[in-house]
Amino acid sequence: MIPELGHFALTLALSLAVCQGILPLVGAHRGDAALMGVARPAATGQLVFVAIAFACLATAFLTDDFSVLYVARNSQLALPDIYKFSAIWGAHEGSLLLWTLILSIWTVAVARFSRELAEPFVARVLAVLGLLSCGFLLFMLLTSNPFERLFPAPSDGADLNPLLQDPGLAYHPPVLYTGYVGFAVAFAFAVAAMISGDLDKAWARWTRPWTTWAWVFLTVGIALGSWWAYYELGWGGWWAWDPVENASFMPWLVGTALIHSLAVTERRGLFKSWTLLLAIAAFSLSLLGTFFVRSGILVSVHAFATDPARGRFILMFLAVVIGSALGLYAWRAHTLDSPAGFRPLSRETFLLLNNVLLVIAAALVLLGTLAPLGVEWVTGEKISVGPPWFDVAFSLPMIPLMFLLGAGMHAAWRYQPAPGLGRLLKWPALVALVAGIAVPALFYGWAGSLVAVGGIAAFWIMAVSLVQPLRSWRRAPGTPGMSRAVAGMSIAHFGVGMFVLGVTVVSAFSVEQDLKLAPGESVEAAGYTFHLRGFQNVTGPNYRALEAEVEIRRDGRHVATVRPQERTYLVQQNPMTEAGIDPGWNRDLFIALGQPLGGDTWSVRVQYRPLIRFIWFGAVVMAIGGIVAASDRRYRLTAPARERQPVAAEKPA
Amino acid sequence: MKLRFLAPVLVFAVLVPLLIFGLSRNPAELPSPYIGKPAPVFTLPDLEDPSRTVSSDDYAGRYALVNVWATWCTGCREEHGFLLTLAERGEVPIYGLNWRDDGAAARRWLAELGDPYVATGFDPDGRVGIDWGVYGAPETFLIGPDGTVLHRHVSPLTEAVWQRDFVPLIAQEGR
Repeated sequence: MIPELGHFALTLALSLAVCQGILPLVGAHRGDAALMGVARPAATGQLVFVAIAFACLATAFLTDDFSVLYVARNSQLALPDIYKFSAIWGAHEGSLLLWTLILSIWTVAVARFSRELAEPFVARVLAVLGLLSCGFLLFMLLTSNPFERLFPAPSDGADLNPLLQDPGLAYHPPVLYTGYVGFAVAFAFAVAAMISGDLDKAWARWTRPWTTWAWVFLTVGIALGSWWAYYELGWGGWWAWDPVENASFMPWLVGTALIHSLAVTERRGLFKSWTLLLAIAAFSLSLLGTFFVRSGILVSVHAFATDPARGRFILMFLAVVIGSALGLYAWRAHTLDSPAGFRPLSRETFLLLNNVLLVIAAALVLLGTLAPLGVEWVTGEKISVGPPWFDVAFSLPMIPLMFLLGAGMHAAWRYQPAPGLGRLLKWPALVALVAGIAVPALFYGWAGSLVAVGGIAAFWIMAVSLVQPLRSWRRAPGTPGMSRAVAGMSIAHFGVGMFVLGVTVVSAFSVEQDLKLAPGESVEAAGYTFHLRGFQNVTGPNYRALEAEVEIRRDGRHVATVRPQERTYLVQQNPMTEAGIDPGWNRDLFIALGQPLGGDTWSVRVQYRPLIRFIWFGAVVMAIGGIVAASDRRYRLTAPARERQPVAAEKPA
Repeated sequence: MKLRFLAPVLVFAVLVPLLIFGLSRNPAELPSPYIGKPAPVFTLPDLEDPSRTVSSDDYAGRYALVNVWATWCTGCREEHGFLLTLAERGEVPIYGLNWRDDGAAARRWLAELGDPYVATGFDPDGRVGIDWGVYGAPETFLIGPDGTVLHRHVSPLTEAVWQRDFVPLIAQEGR
C-alpha cells in the first residue's frame, strides 16, 4: 500500500509541476496576477508530494519490503539501517527521486526568498523550474519507477553494492546533486531574463548568491567523491579522469567561470550575454553528465544499470531543454548585450581571461570525454583517452590561470595603473618564488622544474590571498574593514593554493610499493617500518573479513597501528578491500591487503601520500570561501535599506 | 541575429547527432580497424611479477587470444568462467591485458577466481589499450600466427560466440 501511495504522490507532483510550468508563464505574458500567483503554491505542493514519495521509498527500505523491486535489488535484511537509508540513492531510480526532491527544495527556496523581485520575473523563474521538474517526474514515471512491485516477493534482497556500503556514499550523492541541481536556479534566472528582456545589475545581484551556493555544494560533493574513491576503491588514487568524474567536473569549471562573470555583470553591467551563456552551459553540462552516467554510452567505473529507453528519454529531454535555452539565447541575447568597454589593464580584463581559460579547460575535458565517441562516429575507429592526455591538456589553461589569478584579485575595476599593481604584488611574488622552490625541495627533494612551477603557483596563490586580510588587519582605526565578499574571495583563493600544493606534492613525491609480508615480519618503505603483527577473523553485520594488524614505526618510534581488511560480503560474495589508513595533515600512510601468497604470507600494497589531505581540505576551504562570500550583507539587505546604504563599502581595494 | 549568439546552439546541434549515434550503436558489432592488419606490438610489466614483462613477441607464430579485462568490469566477471574452460581445453593460449585497473585488486581477482591467462600485461593508464583501440572491457582479440588481428569481440565471451565467430577463423586458416 505504501509504495502505491508513493507512486500516486509522484503522479500528483507531476500534475502540479505541469501547472507550475505553464500557468505562471501565461500569466507573466498577459500580466495576469492570478495565474502568476499559481507558481508559489504549486511549488510548495510539489515539494510536499515529492517528499511524501521519498518518505514512502524510505519506509519500504527501512521495513525491508522486498516486494518492491528496487528495494529487493538494493537492500538486504542484515544491511545496517544507515545503509538501508542511503541505498535509496544507491541506484538509478532512487537517485532520480533524490534529484527531483532536491530540485523541489531549491524551487521552494527560490519562491520563499524572492519576495523582493518583480512578480512576473519570479513567475517565469518558477515556471522554468517547474518545467524542468516535469521532465524529471515524467522520466521517473515512464521509464524508472522506483515503486515497481516484484511478485512473488523474495525472502531477502540482493544487497547493496558493497562499494556503496560506506559513509561516503551516504553523503556524496546528495551533496553533489544539490550542486548539480542548484545550477538549475541560475539557468532559470537566465531563461527568465531572456524571456522578459530584462537583465540589469539587480538580476546579477540576485543570481550571484544562488550560483555561489550551488557551486559550494558541487565543490564539496566532488571533494567527497574523490575522498570516497581514495579510501574505498583501494587503489589510493584521488582522481582518474573517469567520464563520470569529468561529468561532475565540467559543470564545476563552467560554474566557477559563471561566478566570476557574474561579478563583472553585477559591478559593471558588462559580459551580460556571456554570463547568460555560462548560466545555461553550467546546468546543461550537469544534464549532460546525467546522460553520460545513465545511458551507458561511455565506459566508466561507475556502472549504473543501463537501459536504452532511459538513454533515449534523457537525450530527448536534453535536446529540448538545452536546445530551447540556446535557441532563446540566439534569438534574444543581443538585446541584452552591453557595449560599454574597459581598459586593457583592469579587473574586467583579468576576469575575462579567467573565464576564457576556465571555459577552455571545460571544453578540453569535454573533448577528451567525447573524443572516443566522435572518432568512432567519423572513422569507425575506437580509441580511448586516458589520464596522460587529460593531465597535459588540463594543465595548459590552468597554469596561466593560476598566475593571472593573483594579479586579477588585486586589480581595480575599470582601470588599474601598472606600477601600483606591481608594488602590491612584489612581496607575494618574492615569497612565492622562494617558498615555491625551497619548500618542496627542502622537505621532499628537488624533482624537476614542473614541480617547481606547481610549488610557485601554490605559494603565489596563497600569498596573494593574504594581502587583503593583512591590509584589513593593519588598517587605520575608523576605516571600514573587509567586506564578506572580499573575505570570501580571499579564503576561496587560499583554498585553491592549498589544493595546488597538495596536487603538486602528491603527484611528485608519492611512494607506492607492493611488498610481501608474513606475520612477525617487517618491511621498510618510504622511511617507515611496517610490522605485520598477525591476522584475525572479523565478522561484520553482512560480511566476513580477514583483518591484519600492522604496526607502523619510524626510527624505532611507534607511529600508528592500522587494520586493513579483506572483506567478503555474504550475499553478493564480492571481495572488497578496506584499506588501513593512517591519516595525517602532512601525509597519509595507506595499506591495503593484496592477495594471499601461500601460508600466512600476503602481498601488501603500501603507499605514502604526502599532503594528500591538502587536496580535499583545499576544496573545503574553497567552499567555506564561497559560503562567506554568499553571506555578504548586500545580498541580505532589503531594497530600501540598500538604497540608504552608501556604496563605498562595496569597493574593494 | 549575430553569429556569435547563434554559435552555441549550432555547436549543440552537432553534439546531438553524436549522442544519438552513441545510443544507437551496439559496441559489440563494430569491427576493429586493425582486422587483417598487424596487431600493435606492446611490452608491459607482468601483472603477477612486475620484474618480468609480457610482450606481443610471446605469442609470435601462434594463434593467440588477447583478452582485455579489469576488476571493475562486471562483464569480465561474467566471461571469466568461460575463459577458464577455454584455457583448460588448451585450444589457444590466452593472454590477458589488465586495463586501467589496480594491480593488487587484479592479482586478488586472479587468485580468487582462477587464472586462465598464460600471462597478463599490466596496463594501469591504458596506454597499450589506446594503441589497440580498446573501447571498454571486456574485449577479446584473436591474433593469427602472422601477427594480424583476425577478429575482435566486444562484450563477454561465451561458448556460443566462440563457436560461431572464433572457431571457424582458426579452422579455416588450418591449424
